[in-house]
Amino acid sequence: MDSRDILVEIPRLRRYARALLGDRAAADDLVQDTLERAWTRFAQWRAGSDLRAWLFSIMHNLRVDQLRRPALPTETLDEVAGQVPTRPTQSDQLEVMDIESALRQLPEEQREVLLLVGLDDMSYAEVASTLGIPLGTVMSRLSRGRERLRQIMAGRQPGASLRVVK
Amino acid sequence: MKPQVISENDLHAYVDGALPAARLAEVEDWLRGEPAEAARVEAYRAQKAALKALFDPVLAEPLPPELASFAERPAVDPLPAAHAGWRATSLLRLAASLVLALLGGAAGWLAHGHYAAGERLAQGLPLSHQAAVAHVVYSPDVRRPVEVAADQEEQLVKWLSKRLGAPVSPPRLGVVGYELVGGRLLPGNSGPVAQFMYQDGSGQRLTLYVTTEGVGKPETGFRFAREGAVNVFYWIDGRFGYALSAGIDKGELAKVATAVYDQLEKAK
Repeated sequence: MDSRDILVEIPRLRRYARALLGDRAAADDLVQDTLERAWTRFAQWRAGSDLRAWLFSIMHNLRVDQLRRPALPTETLDEVAGQVPTRPTQSDQLEVMDIESALRQLPEEQREVLLLVGLDDMSYAEVASTLGIPLGTVMSRLSRGRERLRQIMAGRQPGASLRVVK
Repeated sequence: MKPQVISENDLHAYVDGALPAARLAEVEDWLRGEPAEAARVEAYRAQKAALKALFDPVLAEPLPPELASFAERPAVDPLPAAHAGWRATSLLRLAASLVLALLGGAAGWLAHGHYAAGERLAQGLPLSHQAAVAHVVYSPDVRRPVEVAADQEEQLVKWLSKRLGAPVSPPRLGVVGYELVGGRLLPGNSGPVAQFMYQDGSGQRLTLYVTTEGVGKPETGFRFAREGAVNVFYWIDGRFGYALSAGIDKGELAKVATAVYDQLEKAK
């Protein structure tokens, strides 16, 4: 494991964490903690195996640990922070912001699967091994998550999150 | 309803381009006769595209130097074993900070990109930044660097503890050459925070910023930030967030941070 290999993976870890948490600072903190833990455990990483999958699973486990702790005071702010546009010049802003707020309404376990499949193009088997769950669970979370997202978006007037519109 | 041959999993694999060619043709055939299902599949594809449109720009964002520095393998710990684990961490931060220096101009955009206006409004300033600003404002003050001076330490401790709603007291940093000047109360993101000021024989000052606003957040190891000319080590531990700021070299500051941390650990 070489620092250049790690450096290459950071942007993907950030993208996933940002999508999962919505909050930029919290997401980067999670990435930082992930890298820190990776270095303390790099002896456990088998050379030649998939570094990206390994890092994602470390991040997942850290997140599980975080969620087991008492509620974070920052959680109430996530929703607000999630409304901050990442690309203000976006032409399809309304639709994009709509999916962002819909995504926040999914249970995190569905959001994880949806994002690993949809953003990171992981295979279903890779998602199963990253999250440490059976393939059947991956499929049912994916199916429920996508359907729920569809329902939320279908039931919503475009432009419901007006605060971001310029 | 769809016949047994086409499963829900097939439809997702279709959305994700994971079907073998033969199966793909079967699913496409079937969807032509099932407009409702075809519309559902189309909605899933649109979701996927919208998520990518929303979050792919993160890939192109410049990497915050403190993150990039974590790509580096931690330095080997050459210090005695007493606090080996912890010191290894602080050395890692130190190594990180050196990488940061090598990254050069990268630091400039940090303040710019890291504290985008929307974020500032949404969640207040990050601990390291607040502490650095408080340091810059009060440490050069010759006549009134503190509100309550070290000779009234007992009162200082009582007052700050009462205002923060939790017991705080200034660590002794004589072993690393710094003596307490005093302390003051400051406004944080949502309530009072405490600042202790120290000074060495040459008049060099450093400040320890103590807040209860991070309470409930996961504990962190040492984090390092460079805010203009001020270096900051900060961490969250139990009920408090701490940030140690000074315009001194990172190595020296790391030593002081170690001393602060050790005392806080002992006091637990």
